[in-house]
Amino acid sequence: MYQVGIDIGSSAAKAAVLNEGKLVKTLLLDTGFSGRNTADRIYGMLEQEGITKENAAYVATGYGRISVPYADRTVTEITCHGKGSWFLFQENGTVIDVGGQDTKGIMLKNGRIMKFVMNDKCSAGTGKFLEVMTNRLGLTLEELSGLASLGNPVVISSMCTVFAESEVISLIGKGTPREDIAFGIVESVVEKVVQLISQVQGDQYFLTGGLCEDEYFCGRLSHSLKAPVKSMPEARYAGAIGAALLAEE
Amino acid sequence: MEEHTGLPKTFEEFVEARKQGFLTVKEFKENGGKLAGCLCSYTPHEILDAAGVATVGLCGTSNETIPDAEKVLPKNLCPLIKSTYGFAYSDKCPYTYFSDIIIGETTCDGKKKMYELLAELKDVHILQLPQGQDRPYAKDIWYEEICLFREAMEKKFGVEITEENLRKAVKKRNRLRKALCSMYQLQETCPPALKGTEMMLALQQGTFTFDLEKQIANIENKVEQARKAYAAGERPVSASAKRILLTGCPSGGVIQKVGMVIENNGGVIVCLDDCSGERTNKLLIDENADDILRASADRYLSIHCSVMTPNDGRIDNTKEMVEKYKVDGVIEVVLQACHTFNVEATQMRRMVEDAGIPYMKLETDYATSDSGQLETRIAAFIETL
Repeated sequence: MYQVGIDIGSSAAKAAVLNEGKLVKTLLLDTGFSGRNTADRIYGMLEQEGITKENAAYVATGYGRISVPYADRTVTEITCHGKGSWFLFQENGTVIDVGGQDTKGIMLKNGRIMKFVMNDKCSAGTGKFLEVMTNRLGLTLEELSGLASLGNPVVISSMCTVFAESEVISLIGKGTPREDIAFGIVESVVEKVVQLISQVQGDQYFLTGGLCEDEYFCGRLSHSLKAPVKSMPEARYAGAIGAALLAEE
Repeated sequence: MEEHTGLPKTFEEFVEARKQGFLTVKEFKENGGKLAGCLCSYTPHEILDAAGVATVGLCGTSNETIPDAEKVLPKNLCPLIKSTYGFAYSDKCPYTYFSDIIIGETTCDGKKKMYELLAELKDVHILQLPQGQDRPYAKDIWYEEICLFREAMEKKFGVEITEENLRKAVKKRNRLRKALCSMYQLQETCPPALKGTEMMLALQQGTFTFDLEKQIANIENKVEQARKAYAAGERPVSASAKRILLTGCPSGGVIQKVGMVIENNGGVIVCLDDCSGERTNKLLIDENADDILRASADRYLSIHCSVMTPNDGRIDNTKEMVEKYKVDGVIEVVLQACHTFNVEATQMRRMVEDAGIPYMKLETDYATSDSGQLETRIAAFIETL
């Protein structure tokens, strides 16, 4: 019996398959316009590997959780990220998930979610902020981090993504080096994340979501939090893994 | 100041239900009815009752009139204030439109200054509240304010507000308060006898009933029916539903956006801890007091709202409610730009967490733009309980 977790996020869709308590497969796709189509594509891809309704239970999570018609049930991404992170890290601490349109902080203790925070509709400190800024600078996310690590401090003070973009445009206009602007952009996200999770502080942090393999970002986050920030490549799938774990219960 | 007797110019554009509302209130006025619009639980309703003036709640709960209001008021203001003003500005609310007077209080800064602009559109009487209840002279100030209010209403409506009528009004209002409390207490059982949102909608409906006797009867009927149904084994709420206490700002504008979402995601509101709930309505007026006006004034001033400083009474009461209603989780709703409730939320959170109960604060307005995020946060909160 397979347990399948499907996390339809605002920008990326993730799937994780567990068999006998082990992670046996992950998938990563762009969500695109239709979460429903993406969910169908995931089903087809898993079907080719012999994972079907016949031998698997499905749980959907993320913003598109209601557009997965074959899911047995839906669970919010907060619960799933908590469960998935405990599966991956097996330690007490606070999960930081920087998602496409929101950022969450989830305090874990002995596998249980003690408390969580999530940004409201504002996109400050989320993946959306980084997406807008990298587009503006004509960079990929990896390139942004690479440049930022070479930059000198520049402060981007606007809280709002739209205003911050104007601020970046002014910096570009003034001839500020791209490295310095990149530095300012990453620091802006770090600062907002740290502010958001001030109510769910832990002795250590686990970074999940699309930035999990970004060592520079983890380092800056750790510097600001004055605590270790751990991550691993599978942490990108934490939500999907959590959903898969719940497919059993 | 224009006194409205005819229908608004835009009447023909209204949908049928709204047209009907206008015609009903128009008829009430044509038959000699007098109408006062109220906005706050600090309004001493008995004075208006004793003057033979019907009262109706005008707290704005809809996003519809906010774009109109923002032509005059700043955007970054509480949606309740904007909505309320917007209804007066746009002539879209029959009760606002036909009210002879609107009664306001110096509660929060936003309301107090909005009333100055509202007074350009409607006759407005402002009651000045003390900033707190603990100074020895606070009660005297408020009593003087109530005396002025009584005089103003006597003059406005050309009536005498007698002791006898005041005492009658106190008795009737106490009956309403007791009826409301018995409705709230339906939620004590596990599972509760009503959906919380059903109760919230009934409460809101009640504020639009001119006839107090009818309003009391409606609530009493609802309570009796719910009790009978429960005794007969009906369970409108699942026994596994998580028991939520909803606190914070007035919740009339977020019944759909927050209340329904709680109850569609495995929760049930067992205690409505805003100003229209048990905290306020359990405060009765001593019907046999020698000075009935004094007794009324004292009761109203003892209401706990975040505009008062200090306001420990609200926190203490919530603590009591958390135990009484065997609450699993507390959700606090702060309307955008409501500084007093937003700041006080820190004290609320500390008390709730110290009691070992999970707490979540939601800051929102009446627009639907953040519905997705709100639903995720509320559903996740209930999942973790």
